[in-house]
Amino acid sequence: MAEFRLPKNSRITNGKHHPAPAGSGKTRTFKIYRYDPDSGENPRWDTYDVDLSQCGPMVLDVLIHIKNTMDPTLTFRRSCREGICGSCAMNIAGRNTLACIKGHDECPGDKVQISPLPQMAVVKDLVPDLTLFYAQYASVEPWLHTETPEPQKEWRQAPEDREKLDGLYECILCACCSTSCPSYWWNQDKYLGPAALLHAYRWIIDSRDEATGERLDELEDPFKLYRCHTIMNCAQVCPKGLNPAKAIAEVKKMLAERVV
Amino acid sequence: MSPHLSVWRWHVTMATSILHRVTGVGLYLGGLIAAAWAISLAAGPEAYAAFKALLGSPLGLLVMFGMSLSAFYHLGNGVRHLIWDFGYGLDIKNANASAFAVFGFAIAATVAVWAIAFQTGVFG
Repeated sequence: MAEFRLPKNSRITNGKHHPAPAGSGKTRTFKIYRYDPDSGENPRWDTYDVDLSQCGPMVLDVLIHIKNTMDPTLTFRRSCREGICGSCAMNIAGRNTLACIKGHDECPGDKVQISPLPQMAVVKDLVPDLTLFYAQYASVEPWLHTETPEPQKEWRQAPEDREKLDGLYECILCACCSTSCPSYWWNQDKYLGPAALLHAYRWIIDSRDEATGERLDELEDPFKLYRCHTIMNCAQVCPKGLNPAKAIAEVKKMLAERVV
Repeated sequence: MSPHLSVWRWHVTMATSILHRVTGVGLYLGGLIAAAWAISLAAGPEAYAAFKALLGSPLGLLVMFGMSLSAFYHLGNGVRHLIWDFGYGLDIKNANASAFAVFGFAIAATVAVWAIAFQTGVFG
């Protein structure tokens, strides 16, 4: 069910203000969600006045600058810093994206607000618990299912069949899309969410896969697939420019075409 | 649990989706008005006159205006959903554009219907 208010222990209080050091150049304020599970306290918004002359252009540069020079307790995930690992997915200025490829000058408004991916259990600060998200990905069995004996060399695929995987295989599983989806917010225990469904479609239309029917059977369920109401938040936020809503629509179409 | 609705910066496609749900529920309840109309008709001329007066009151007109706006919005967005179900117009650019087109259609069609109603003297 839709829960519009946050649970009592998740309501956010006002936290600390960290001013920029004296003699700073141009500053901008970053309002960051903080949660420490060991403190027993509710989450809070801490604000940081960041000296922009001292850090790089991306939001991730800002976070690293804060951690290095202002507040070493700030916790977040990051790795590749070039938009391919998906670790630094978070909600920046109201939209899910990757901190490493989002310039802070692209963020509208005065302050830049940063919170973890929405409607997720929080491990600490900007780190969400993605256990269920990964389990949903695993549930679509994201590998090639075949019955014909394995060929001597590789499984062959025509270039035009390979092209069908473009716009799907690039997904890095950052979870920006699934956690942007109101349907996923209210029904993530039953609805697979845009990322897992995009991957399901990626295997359904793979010309080498021989379990298309079983894969479609598996998705023919009022919740797993049909909780998608084409709200389009997934495609709006995908940092890789992919379109899970379109992939889900194609799966729905295939299910309809099976019975007509 | 991390914040969701309270931090989200809305997309127009998100607004069309929730409005589709809201207007759908509204129209469903609006069906009761049509039922009441039929009941008043069956109950005789006095009841019918009272019902007509109620609908013709400023509040009644406002509710009916909202109903027609909801009906045209729901119709327009329903057609948009049909087109999507055929697999077209699902890219961001087209989905955003069709969202504004549906808003435009709903407002234009509602204004047109009410203009015709007033012109032709439906309200006496």
